[in-house]
Amino acid sequence: MPAPPEGPDPGPMVPVPFAVESKRQETADTWTLELSPAGDGEMPFAPGQFTMLSAFGTGEVPISISGDPDRPGALVHTVRDVGLATAAICRARCGEVLGVRGPFGRPWPVAELVGSDVVVIAGGIGLAPLRPAILSLLARRERYGHLLLLYGGRSPEQLLYMDELQQWRARGLEVAVSVDSAGPEWLGHVGVVPRLVARASFHAGRASALVCGPEVMMRFAVAALGQAGVPAERVHASMERNMQCGIAHCGHCQLGPTLVCRDGPVYRWSELERWLRIREL
Amino acid sequence: MAIRTLEELISGAPAFTGLSPAQLELIAGCGANRHFAAGQRVFTEGEDAESFYLIREGAVALEVDAPGRGPLVIETLHENDVVGWSWLFEPYRWQFDARATVPTATVAFDGACLRGKCEDDHELGYQLMRRFAALLIDRLQATRLQLLDVYGHAGAA
Repeated sequence: MPAPPEGPDPGPMVPVPFAVESKRQETADTWTLELSPAGDGEMPFAPGQFTMLSAFGTGEVPISISGDPDRPGALVHTVRDVGLATAAICRARCGEVLGVRGPFGRPWPVAELVGSDVVVIAGGIGLAPLRPAILSLLARRERYGHLLLLYGGRSPEQLLYMDELQQWRARGLEVAVSVDSAGPEWLGHVGVVPRLVARASFHAGRASALVCGPEVMMRFAVAALGQAGVPAERVHASMERNMQCGIAHCGHCQLGPTLVCRDGPVYRWSELERWLRIREL
Repeated sequence: MAIRTLEELISGAPAFTGLSPAQLELIAGCGANRHFAAGQRVFTEGEDAESFYLIREGAVALEVDAPGRGPLVIETLHENDVVGWSWLFEPYRWQFDARATVPTATVAFDGACLRGKCEDDHELGYQLMRRFAALLIDRLQATRLQLLDVYGHAGAA
């Protein structure tokens, strides 16, 4: 593919062409795509940031980056087919070109967690935005205390990154998985992910938590963390709203006085909880 | 290895936390150690609920048999969890199946024995009911969250 012509920086509203390098099916409706820039350069990002990903002629959607922040040359997204644009992205074949804007947003405060026990709580596809944080923590494993992933899904067939979970265990991450329902062949835990918090082993006095998943699940998970002794100031959550411009101009993703694309998607729960209590938001 | 009495074994479980030694002794008097092999049925839907179990080690799956779909696991219980409420309330029949998923050690309690002691000692009955109600609420709230099927809708990508 020819490189795009040299010229002035087109600005954050112009998609940069990226080619699909490889793709892997995670579940029946979810794919992981590795993209590489059609031209020169790479896209450095911090764990928790997102891009605006577009299938030309179909639409543009905000998708969290799920790749390794220490490999910025490979831009990885895990995408669930839930609408026209995401369906087109999931259908994209190797070599096909997608548009990318970003990266945008406030990341997981990984550096702030040095010396802490870190409890990572993921629900469903919420594991995708947490994957870069997990990879970053494991790449510097010696800097952190106990690392724990509590991961919940709808059923065993809908769990992401199952092969990788074993690798993460081997690298020093304790992993507990739970599903909402299963057949008798599933020997793992069945129940909601917040219930895993009560039986998890971590030192609440020095623990921080990273949480991502459906908002209802996050509320219950944070309540369980509070009961375990982890205050809201040490809980960080990634929020989803209707991001469209990605650069805090359009206002579609407003949450209270904040814009999720700029002030999030990662928030400290203590900043966030008052806005979540207002149902009109 | 020191042999622990049943009172000692059950005193750390949330269902019995904070009870006096005399109350623990009364409860333990209705209990006995019982082991289940991996895959062994603990109880079956529709049968008389004559006992309940405190898991010491292992895991028990609560299941419901759905016609055409086979058995579905609705919850897995682990160490220090109580298995079974149906012994507490008439008609004393199990509403679900329970199966050990791994080799599991439990303390099995005779429900009629414990109900009788609660009738004789209402303070014991009140203390047990307070704790069991808290456990029931915890399970109920978890079940409500499960019913929401939060992963079944479009989530963050």
